[in-house]
Amino acid sequence: MKIALSLAALVALALAPFGVSDYGLGLLIGAVTYVTLASGWAVFSGHTRYVSLATVAFYGTGAYTVAVLNEAMPYWLVLIVAGLIGAAIALVVGLSTLRLAGVYFVIFTFGLSELVRQLITWYEVNVTGTLGRYIFLDVSAREIYWQMLALGAATIALTAWIQRHRLGLALRVIGDDEVVAAHSGIPLARTKLTAFVLSATILTLAGAIASPRWVYVEPSIVFNPTVSFLTVIMALLGGANRLWGPVLGAVPLFLAFEWLSARFPDTYPIFLGLLFILVVFALPDGILAGLERLKTRKTEDRA
Amino acid sequence: MTLLAIDHVTKRFGGLTAVNELSFTLAQGEVVGLLGPNGSGKTTLVNLISGDLAADGGRITLAGETLTGRRPDQVARAGVARTFQLVRILPSLSLTENVMIPAVFGAKSHWGAEARAVARDALERVGLAGRAETSAGALTYIDQKRLELARALAAEPRLLLLDEWLAGLNPTELAEGIALIRSLSESGITILIVEHIMEAVRALCSRVVVMNSGRLIADEATETALRDPHVIAAYLGEGTDA
Amino acid sequence: MLVTTLILGLVLGGTYALLALGLTLQYGISRIMNLAYGEFTLVSAFALVALFKGAGVPPLLAIVLIAPLGYAVGWILYAVMMRPLVARAGDAGRLDVASILATFGLMFLIQGGLLVTFGADFTSITYLDQGVNVLGVPVALNRLIAFAICVVAGGGLVLALGRTRWGLALRAVAQTPGSAPLVGIDVNRVARQGFALGTALAAIAGASIAMHQTFSATDGVVFTMKALVIVIMGGVGNVAGTLIAGLALGLVETFVATAIDPGLTLAATFAIFLVVLLWRPQGLFGRR
Repeated sequence: MKIALSLAALVALALAPFGVSDYGLGLLIGAVTYVTLASGWAVFSGHTRYVSLATVAFYGTGAYTVAVLNEAMPYWLVLIVAGLIGAAIALVVGLSTLRLAGVYFVIFTFGLSELVRQLITWYEVNVTGTLGRYIFLDVSAREIYWQMLALGAATIALTAWIQRHRLGLALRVIGDDEVVAAHSGIPLARTKLTAFVLSATILTLAGAIASPRWVYVEPSIVFNPTVSFLTVIMALLGGANRLWGPVLGAVPLFLAFEWLSARFPDTYPIFLGLLFILVVFALPDGILAGLERLKTRKTEDRA
Repeated sequence: MTLLAIDHVTKRFGGLTAVNELSFTLAQGEVVGLLGPNGSGKTTLVNLISGDLAADGGRITLAGETLTGRRPDQVARAGVARTFQLVRILPSLSLTENVMIPAVFGAKSHWGAEARAVARDALERVGLAGRAETSAGALTYIDQKRLELARALAAEPRLLLLDEWLAGLNPTELAEGIALIRSLSESGITILIVEHIMEAVRALCSRVVVMNSGRLIADEATETALRDPHVIAAYLGEGTDA
Repeated sequence: MLVTTLILGLVLGGTYALLALGLTLQYGISRIMNLAYGEFTLVSAFALVALFKGAGVPPLLAIVLIAPLGYAVGWILYAVMMRPLVARAGDAGRLDVASILATFGLMFLIQGGLLVTFGADFTSITYLDQGVNVLGVPVALNRLIAFAICVVAGGGLVLALGRTRWGLALRAVAQTPGSAPLVGIDVNRVARQGFALGTALAAIAGASIAMHQTFSATDGVVFTMKALVIVIMGGVGNVAGTLIAGLALGLVETFVATAIDPGLTLAATFAIFLVVLLWRPQGLFGRR
């Protein structure tokens, strides 16, 4: 039943571009991109509680791969290469960092994104002699939308699969207590690494798919740290450890940000900040958990 | 038949040698007490066996298979389960889910209904079967300890390490606890018990090994050890509660 | 050449060390990872400029006015915003995540406020910028003053923490927050003082940066990151380590800028940072 409903929604979304304006299609692409990012982020961080701020490092890497390779090989091959690069970076980063706990992991991932941005900027200025790159690809907005929708749907399907399988249980136990996890026979490093690489591959692909929209790409655009933070707050608002949590957080927040930044370009960061604080204080476990608590309270009141 | 063999194991923390050239063995099916004053190295030894700490020298084997140099999860899959001095349960999960974890990730890799069945069995053995679906955070202290034991059992271990599992129980609960451990031993599990409560050691262990300052000072029948002047001196030197 | 790099590097490092002192207190004592830290310094920098340009208050006097204000703001902020997070979190890991997210929101809030009030343009003041000869190297007087402020604040802090009863309580909470109450220390009060003191130091750092550097409303993130790098290099809560790490970072940046490529200074900062995190997450001078 649930699966049928999800599939019906997917079909409806796939047909949506035929009924909307260019502006509407742009909104759809943006919303689906953030749904994909938030859901992809939650594949690793949702259960383990390791808050990664490296989202934009992978997202930007995906976009940059397309910018560099789009004239050298066919588009589908560029996407595959981008995914592989993302996975490879995640493997190296994961192997060296997953033993860092708590705040050190958060800061490391943030520093990593900045390091990647600085290095690419320096490389472009000094070696290739140009800061920006153009992406002239014959990919229409509709095609980008469909590709992103497919990636988003695949991410949610993957999350559903993980939650029903051993990997999901292992990640949950690791998030609750790593010592208990190890003594129950869960290989910590391999489990965390698997989830981190899966998540990073999705984030990199999202960047690669979104890149033709920009036409002009430079490090400060595609490695904008705000993307990492928006992803985190969206996933947390909905509930990072639930299947539909990131979707529920991403869509309203994306629309709110779009509206705010168009309407109040100057005071927009203030609203963003207030929203952030509000989520942390009022809905620390996300909307879904909040709704459940409300429901149990009502049943208890009745009893 | 020897199940666990500790062979000249050493562990240093900076200048302090917490476990010093220690050797003893556990036979299959035995229940042995690991005694010694506070700070004598008992918990360090348990951590060395379970893989939480890496030994600086010597070898630990389980039925001939080397455990030294392995990670905790590998030791767990080899058939060693443990409890912790401070209870560690996952409060947000149900009792069944808590206990299922080692059944899923342990040596036998059960899944689905099979894993649930193993969990139910383990809960039944510790007397918690009736509350299988409540969340673990709602349990009383003694029941949390029971739950931790059930989780260790669900791993279907060959060797069970109990680190002061009986500490903090009232007299009635203590009697229940002793009976529970005895029933586990009767089912064939080999058990190493770190314990300060002598009543429990007398009731459960035919043999004890005694540590002081990281060294083995006695490995003999319980009654002999508790009259051994070396052992008494080690405890009295600490000004102990024993 | 080498002497120039050394002196300019140490002077820059002094500013960095001062910048990081407050953050190491806030995280070391109050356990709050404050991502809005750089914005705190910016607010103070803008305040100094406004006082100087608008009311003609001399910058050195302005610092004396701004520092206690910083303490008060930090005190209130801890009581209103951070304390509920601490009470709710339970363990350190959850507090880290909650404080990172909450202060990140705060960062946007302050940044937005600054943008609306002061705009996105670069700001600076001209104050005591004549050159002074230091071992044959000309150094701007305002930079030397900033360096002196760092020495006074850092030295004073080391003495206060090491020699006073009050400092002992702060160090006790930094080391074992769990057992400090057993010896009669009010952890909540000490944490609030630590956070307030950290904010005051952020204000002093911001004000002294404003005396000699051009800055804009979006620079907060860079300040936060530099301070974080130093705090982690020096070891969280380790004041002496922070001072040394700050000076070291100043030297490294000056060296990279003069000897390799100015475009790589920020990259060098992050690279050092990542290496330290992986190699010695407890800090260069900390013990495991």
